[in-house]
Amino acid sequence: MSNDSAPPPLLEMKGISKSFPGVRALDNVDLTLHEGEVLALLGENGAGKSTLIKILAGAHIPDSGHIYIDGEKVRMESPAAAQQAGVGIIYQEFNLVPALTARENIFLGQHSMFSLTNRSQERAAATELFHRIGIEVSTEALCRDLTVAQQQIVEIAKALSQQARIVVMDEPSAALTPREVEGLAAVIKELKDQGIGVIYISHRLDEVEAFADRITVLRDGKHVGNQTIDEVTRDQMIEMMVGRSIENEFPKAASKAGEVILEAVGLHRLPAVKGVSLTLSKGEILGVAGLVGAGRTETARLLFGADKLDSGEIRLHGEKVEIKSPRQAIKHGICLLTEDRKSQGLILGQTVQENFGLANLSDFSARGFVSRKREGSAFGSYIDQLKIKVTGGSQIAETLSGGNQQKVVLAKWLQQNAEVVIFDEPTRGIDVGAKYEIYLLMNELAAQGKAILMISSELPEVLGMSDRILVMHEGRIAGEIMDPASATQEDVMKLATGSTGEVAVEV
Amino acid sequence: MKLPQDFSLFRDYGMVLVLVLLCGMITWATWEEQHPSDASAGVALANGLYDLKGEELHVAIMARQTKSDDEFVKAIEDQIAERGSSVKAVIRVRNPRDARIELEQLGVSNTRINAIATHNFCFSTWGVLKQATLDGLASNHKSFKDIRPYKPKSRMGSAFLSAENLIAILNQNAPVAIMAIGMTLVIITAGIDLSVGSLMALSALISAVTLRSWFGDADASALGIITAFLLGILVCTACGVFVGLMVTWFQIPPFVVTLALMMVARGLSFILAGGADPVDIQATGAELLYSGTILGVPNQIALMLCLFVIAHVVMSHTALGRYIYAVGGNEQAARLSGVPVFWVIIIVYAICGASAGLAGVMDASHFTSGRPKAGEFFELQVIAAVVVGGTSLLGGEGKILGTFIGAMILGVIQNGLNMQGVDSYTANVVYGALILVAVLVDQLKRKLLN
Repeated sequence: MSNDSAPPPLLEMKGISKSFPGVRALDNVDLTLHEGEVLALLGENGAGKSTLIKILAGAHIPDSGHIYIDGEKVRMESPAAAQQAGVGIIYQEFNLVPALTARENIFLGQHSMFSLTNRSQERAAATELFHRIGIEVSTEALCRDLTVAQQQIVEIAKALSQQARIVVMDEPSAALTPREVEGLAAVIKELKDQGIGVIYISHRLDEVEAFADRITVLRDGKHVGNQTIDEVTRDQMIEMMVGRSIENEFPKAASKAGEVILEAVGLHRLPAVKGVSLTLSKGEILGVAGLVGAGRTETARLLFGADKLDSGEIRLHGEKVEIKSPRQAIKHGICLLTEDRKSQGLILGQTVQENFGLANLSDFSARGFVSRKREGSAFGSYIDQLKIKVTGGSQIAETLSGGNQQKVVLAKWLQQNAEVVIFDEPTRGIDVGAKYEIYLLMNELAAQGKAILMISSELPEVLGMSDRILVMHEGRIAGEIMDPASATQEDVMKLATGSTGEVAVEV
Repeated sequence: MKLPQDFSLFRDYGMVLVLVLLCGMITWATWEEQHPSDASAGVALANGLYDLKGEELHVAIMARQTKSDDEFVKAIEDQIAERGSSVKAVIRVRNPRDARIELEQLGVSNTRINAIATHNFCFSTWGVLKQATLDGLASNHKSFKDIRPYKPKSRMGSAFLSAENLIAILNQNAPVAIMAIGMTLVIITAGIDLSVGSLMALSALISAVTLRSWFGDADASALGIITAFLLGILVCTACGVFVGLMVTWFQIPPFVVTLALMMVARGLSFILAGGADPVDIQATGAELLYSGTILGVPNQIALMLCLFVIAHVVMSHTALGRYIYAVGGNEQAARLSGVPVFWVIIIVYAICGASAGLAGVMDASHFTSGRPKAGEFFELQVIAAVVVGGTSLLGGEGKILGTFIGAMILGVIQNGLNMQGVDSYTANVVYGALILVAVLVDQLKRKLLN
């Protein structure tokens, strides 16, 4: 690639700068992508990755800098222009219409308003696209009936149908099971072989190591590094992203499990939970691993009273308790940090202080009247204690980064002085630096004697942070790993897939 | 652009600006010479005449046979008597011809008259009061020497901006505004209640019918009247609880539940009335809710203001208020934070039903009858007031005081259109357009501030 006769790179973004009122989002950033190459774009939340991608997508116009495709300068003035230039973007939140079929979604917007559509021709074209990707999805299935992984394939097919030569994937693996991620790996390889350049954005460094040829790292809107994947170690990647070295990705502290606080016996709620029993002790972090759909979240919701039990029993300190609503669970000292903060954890349109106060109003009220002052001072102490980055209690929750949103939810429950803290995917969508802080907080909570149940799909996280791991498979506990330190990801996967460890590539 | 904290009032209640603008516009449009003819004008006229002539005052009053003229005439008579003199004659007639005939008779009977007190309407339109006509009469009858007409002083002003008119606006719009309180809570939880107009009629009829058949009709005691009114409100509250149950337990969209209830309640109202005619309330005292006053403030206005203050305090300073906003902002998150979502929804619809019930008994007191057609299309006016007041139909945000402003904006627009003599069809067109403009102004303001 380095000799003079080499063709110009597929995509070059040179000296891109972009400011928003009060923020310099991008400062003189370069990016190069070659044909048949996978480039991982790394950086913490707020580093400028999304802004850069939006400029490539024509959604933002850069203040300065130029974009070249095949060495020719192009102007991405609108999303349509970017599409025309061969850029296809697969956003984290898909742009699919749930009530339309896969085929209809692929060709959506490609017909003029009053033209007739040719169903059989489209079906053949869609099948051909799926064939190119190497994965078959039924062209006539409604998108709402497809799995997340299948929807992703539809998005990719849609991009390819528009002759995309540059495919950008924003956190494509965030909602996929490990097995589905393997499928994604095969799809990316397929795209590479067809000469398509892929820009891959992910917080999961193991995927980056496995998929990418090269990395480009952004930090605070600046370009900080450009390396081939063979040249860097994982720790170096983290250091480039965070700007300082993190000794250990998972700062697990030694903890002492005390007496059993929570006991669940034979929890049933069909179809997801088919007889789950577990015990949770004071001061321990109990990891729960499993594939998506194994019933982990559903089990947590049962413990929290968010769903009704078909049968089974929950005991606290050895005594049977009836938990029929989250309100009762909270009274019993159980709290839940949901996997989806945006739709379940926070009221995005309200201030962080109001979100914090929602579960704790009785602490701050006298004779029915809520004292904003007392609420504010209580929240203020958590801002310091948890190092929440907010301008103040009146900041709207929606404007916070994922890590800080998670801390606000955590503050809400800490004020409740809960004994049992259930974390469902505690670090999903949270960048490396903030992840580390969340881990430290979990350690601290365990050290204070709280019992922690941590559901996670990230195997390194489960292995790195748990004292004990339960693995679920199809609504049941498939096995327990007593010593995570000496266990491997394969050990967990064997239990999670309910097999001898053959992980089939299947979407 | 970031505004300092002091601007929060303006930011939260930007509609105040729209209301002030509207009032300014209508005042400007109605700014003209005002010719007062009320009691106070009568008193002033009497004083003026006495000061002018003293013991030499021989005054006749000339006015029409209307109710409003009664007060004017009586005020002059009383004030002249107060000053130690008396009115020589009172001529109350239907038309100028009769006025002239009566005046001639006074001349024939040789009654000394040197001043005729009247108001601007008669003064400027009746030929008999032209100076030339009077001079002619004076030359025929000696007792009419130096006879002249007098009317109260006119001044520049706006009929819209008078205290009387503003109080009338508040009073007329109290029922809609009170229902808008309940509707605001419902809409903040991302719901809607289409049944309020019909519930209003149902409440009025339940009150009227129970008064007639249980509490002795015309002989009903005060306690009986209060019980009948409370019963009307109670039934509407129960209807609200029912809506809440349908929405929470059976997950039926509130639009559908309340649409059904709207039809059922309207139908029941007609059944209770036994047709389209109102059921009269004979009991004396039932009209007091409408016509009475507390410390000089009409009951309806006092009640409305109290309820708005209470609702504002509940929504901004109590846990219930927080819970209502939370349920509308994100029901899932609220539930998982321990908010008793079920009860919040029930309470909100119950309050909305109760406010419709209250508006219904106010209507019954106003018309001293239960009208099966009461509150027709009011649900839309109420929703309009809430939306104009800045509450989002998507739920989670909205302000009680904004709703008050919204209701007043609608009232002021209607009043202004009436004053301009716009016919009712055109008024509807303008009314609709102005609602849109009001909300548009609010949206633009928000865009500017963000």
